Amino acid sequence: MAIDILMPALSPTMEEGVLAKWHVKVGDVLKSGDVICEIETDKATMEVEAVDEGKVLEILVAEGTQGVKVNAVIARIEGEGAVSSAAPAQAPAPSVAPASVPPASKAEIVTETSKGERIMASPLAKRIAQTAGIDLAGVSGSGPHGRIVKVDVEAAMAGAPKPAPSVSKVAQAPIAAPVATPSAPTALPYAAGTYDIVPLDGMRRTVARRMTESFRDVPHFPLTIDLEIDQLLELRKQLNVVGAAQDAKVSVNDLVIKAAALACKRVPGANASYTPDGLLIHHHADIAVAVAIEGGLITPVIRKAETKGLAAISGEMKVLAEKARTRKLMPEDYTGGTFSISNLGMMGIKSFMSIINEPQGCILSVGAGEPRAVVKNGALAIATVMSVTLTCDHRVVDGAIGAAWLGAFKALIEEPIGLML
Amino acid sequence: MASDTFDIVIIGSGPGGYVAAIRATQLGFKTAIIERESLGGICLNWGCIPTKALLRSADVYDNIKHAEAYGLSVTGASFDLSKIVDRSRKVAKQLSGGVTYLMKKNKIEVIAGNARLTPGTDAPSVEVDLNAGGTRTIAAKHVILATGARARTIPAAGLVPDGKFIWTYREALVPDTMPKRLLVIGSGAIGIEFASFFCSLGSQVTVVEALDRILPVEDVEISSFAAKAFQKRGINLITSANVKSLQTTAGGITATIESGGKTQTIEADRAILAVGIVGNVENLGLEALGVTMDRTHVVTDANGSTNVKGLYAIGDLTGAPWLAHKASHEGVCCVEAIAGLHPHALNVARIPGCTYSNPQVASIGLTEDKAKAAGFEVRVGKFPFSGNGKAIALGEPEGLVKTIFDAKTGELLGAHMVGTEVTELIQGYGIAMTLETTEVQLMETIFPHPTLSEMMHEAVLDAYNRVVHI
Repeated sequence: MAIDILMPALSPTMEEGVLAKWHVKVGDVLKSGDVICEIETDKATMEVEAVDEGKVLEILVAEGTQGVKVNAVIARIEGEGAVSSAAPAQAPAPSVAPASVPPASKAEIVTETSKGERIMASPLAKRIAQTAGIDLAGVSGSGPHGRIVKVDVEAAMAGAPKPAPSVSKVAQAPIAAPVATPSAPTALPYAAGTYDIVPLDGMRRTVARRMTESFRDVPHFPLTIDLEIDQLLELRKQLNVVGAAQDAKVSVNDLVIKAAALACKRVPGANASYTPDGLLIHHHADIAVAVAIEGGLITPVIRKAETKGLAAISGEMKVLAEKARTRKLMPEDYTGGTFSISNLGMMGIKSFMSIINEPQGCILSVGAGEPRAVVKNGALAIATVMSVTLTCDHRVVDGAIGAAWLGAFKALIEEPIGLML
Repeated sequence: MASDTFDIVIIGSGPGGYVAAIRATQLGFKTAIIERESLGGICLNWGCIPTKALLRSADVYDNIKHAEAYGLSVTGASFDLSKIVDRSRKVAKQLSGGVTYLMKKNKIEVIAGNARLTPGTDAPSVEVDLNAGGTRTIAAKHVILATGARARTIPAAGLVPDGKFIWTYREALVPDTMPKRLLVIGSGAIGIEFASFFCSLGSQVTVVEALDRILPVEDVEISSFAAKAFQKRGINLITSANVKSLQTTAGGITATIESGGKTQTIEADRAILAVGIVGNVENLGLEALGVTMDRTHVVTDANGSTNVKGLYAIGDLTGAPWLAHKASHEGVCCVEAIAGLHPHALNVARIPGCTYSNPQVASIGLTEDKAKAAGFEVRVGKFPFSGNGKAIALGEPEGLVKTIFDAKTGELLGAHMVGTEVTELIQGYGIAMTLETTEVQLMETIFPHPTLSEMMHEAVLDAYNRVVHI
């Protein structure tokens, strides 16, 4: 019976939001972790993932609807075996649990092959699909437990692009063995048994989709600069001596966060987002920091980092990182950042370029600090140097703005006393 | 004058109505069912079940008559028609009682009376003229019409039952006498079953059919096979024939029959009308509600919804095929749709049809002609009973199993059978079609030996030139 999908609260204070985009349509079969839709609040755009599994029965709130109240029913899915958990609108609120529930186990609802799992499809459906070159992984089943039956394949065939008409009869050469039709299953160049398949979970799907979209749609450009960080390291040492009593230990990364936040205040044009309606110049530097976790990464946000002291930033970062690793971050912890930082310095990476974390206009890639030969006053010298790369979304941040931001950032890092202000 | 409120009220307790009622309570609906006569409707009381009881008597009698062929000596075999009918009535009564029990068990309120609809809020309001006297007004969120159908009459040709000489199935089920000569008008399942029954008991039976063959919905080959078997039993079949007039005489009937430009007169003791059925749409208040109808049938969508809010119709009332199992299935789908579930749509091509004559006829899906007409390139397989060990051992070597496959996809488009016990076999093909097996899975299936079902396997193998036992 139907399970209601409610408008989620993306933060404890959220009362309503915009249903920005649907990622599913009626008839799609959802698995736990699939992205259902995107919800926008004044702070962020959030992807809502499916918790329950089942076929989408109804979409009740149209894309782009403003002011959707939290806990309003936005869609219904057909949940297997969860009959009375959510009272369907039409049912007469049965006082007893319905006696006959389809004895479906969730494990049987299998429609994807990307994991190499069995496809539930009738022999006839399989044969028709094979003949027509239809990949059953892309067909949603209307039979019991999502089983793909003949009509589903026929519908997929009707919707599939028609094979291109043969170009010319003059060219008598027969069209031998078409290379690959677009709908043909991906033939892997690896022999079966030579690899393991790790199923795509919600995070991996989200990372894959968001990064692909960003790298494809956002005009990226990188700006790289070298920073001497000896003074920064010295400051850190002193701070940690002072802070030891209070058990406040500041990392280079914490200093980088603070510097980036202040740089954002000095060059607001880089703390910005592109939207079709205009450029958003953010009032605060809400710094999203990439944290690697098992199976992926996530970017918890230090809000109003420009207003916070190093100890506060450091403490907050520790809590967020721990929550990230234990997957306990709440949406309000990792959404709504205005500027991102990705630091692979501790892994020894000298320099790299991150992919824009939409809708943020910039992401800073921080490399390792290492002793390098530098030229000072016409002479070789040794300094601890750290390369950073600012990747900019050219729709909102032009080269000059990016360079100005890096200039401000460099000044703060190389004369870190400014961070104390 | 009581007034009650229900989630679902079902009018008619035949196999459509009572099954829908049970499913409704399973889904938590407060349900009532209104019946003007006996629970179980035509099927249990005046159709499927009592005819099967009569035909069983006929089969046993036929076997006794052929006892010698099995090495048995039986002398003085005879029958008592009133006892045969009594048995049939007892069987019907037992099953109707079974429905009473099922209603009680499922806490479905049974209201005995005639229902009439008036405009309501969620759904039409139901007024019941109670059989016990008085009326009762019932409000429900959903009203399901399951009032069934009855024998068609054609007054212009005199095809109207008189209760004495001209019967419908209803009188034919409780014959007061054994007609020496019987005229059966119409050769669908109902007509053929009665023809077979009375033939077994010794009547001289003539069957008149307007179309060019008997059992006209069946595959041509099957219907022609059955025709030969019936003729061999002594049944006179007149096809492509119209009954111009049917008149009662002092002791029977006289029918004027026109076929091929010639007119002939047939005299008989009794006539049975089996010229189709019409939906029971009268006196329900449907016209006033503006319910869309097609002649005597209520028009519905795939899940039984009519054009009137809260009003549904299932079973014979909604049109062909007029089969109990179709009605039950529609009832379940209708209720599940009301509950917000998503029942699968009824696929008419997967409703089996059975005729319990001697020999029996059973089929599902497209006939060979219809498959070809629908544009399929077909592969046809056939297997005769004479090639099956069990059939020979049973002394029933006459029959045929035929399969129709889509040559392109291997889809089983249809299956058709004539011969002993084929009505019990057809479900196997029904399951195969519903699961959408191709010929491969059917070939891979291991059928038990020795059974009649092996012929089903062979008929599949034959379609792919792999038949073993012929």
